[in-house]
Amino acid sequence: MIPQEIHDTLKGTFGEAILESKLDGVLDPWIKVAPDKVRDIAKFLRDDERMHFDSLMLLSGMDYTKGQLGVVYHLHSMKWNHKIVLKVEVPADQAHVQSVEAIWKTANWHEREAFDMYGVLFDGHPDLRRILMPDDWEGFPLRKDYQVPEFYNGMKVPY
Amino acid sequence: MGLLDQRFDNSNIIITSTDSLLNWARLSSIWPIQFGLACCAIEMMATGASHYDLDRFGTFFRASPRQADAMIVAGTVTLKMASRIKVLYDQMAEPRYVISMGSCSNCGGPYWEHGYHVLKGVDRVIPVDVFIPGCPPRPEALLEGLLKLQEKIRGESLAKKRPS
Repeated sequence: MIPQEIHDTLKGTFGEAILESKLDGVLDPWIKVAPDKVRDIAKFLRDDERMHFDSLMLLSGMDYTKGQLGVVYHLHSMKWNHKIVLKVEVPADQAHVQSVEAIWKTANWHEREAFDMYGVLFDGHPDLRRILMPDDWEGFPLRKDYQVPEFYNGMKVPY
Repeated sequence: MGLLDQRFDNSNIIITSTDSLLNWARLSSIWPIQFGLACCAIEMMATGASHYDLDRFGTFFRASPRQADAMIVAGTVTLKMASRIKVLYDQMAEPRYVISMGSCSNCGGPYWEHGYHVLKGVDRVIPVDVFIPGCPPRPEALLEGLLKLQEKIRGESLAKKRPS
């Protein structure tokens, strides 16, 4: 399936939950979806025979600045060898996105990393805690407005 | 007996100072604790392997801090790792020495400005005896650092208290 067909199929099935898309002139065509419909859409993309997206290649967090965070999903179908990118955008103070851990197991650590670095809260994740930074770290380091702390556990952090 | 073989006629007495003898023994068997943190550890492993052969200097990696004389901090010290390094250092028996290998461990290296997670120099948590520059240092540089540490040990004395 070409990206346009994937988009049209999703639009036909989920309607309002498909918010926006850019399918031409970009390296990875993307579709923006509603954060509270991510799990249904992901399940459809994995299980529908025409889609068969059996591989979540990458899940990453984003900081769009102006108080908006996001999550980007890069999907690939090994059977049909087609790809699509899903995006969601959420306000930073209410950064709730549905977890897709139940659909692609690899999302478990990816979502923990996005939480660790950006503070995106994945609803339904079985074990949402920091994966890279120490457990007692404060703040989310890859947010654009992040300020490096002066000290961590008595160790000076800046050069 | 190597060096001393066939060098004495009927006598088996050597006269030397205890300092020289003990220092010679200590500097000829510096056992570092076996751990690596980043790409410097790859060079450290190369130094230990047959081309460079650290064992020529009696240096032999040990897997326990209790059996180690030295610590080679080979790589980027993250803030998360820094507290573990401090614990390992505290577990080593004195006299103990630290070699800081590579730019990351010396001063934060390429992470000096934007590395929110990197300790900007391992000397902020433990005292360092020898700093080796390089990114990563070649095995020759690590050997040079080790020889510098040997020089330092050679100058020490039991009679005088070791400044810490």
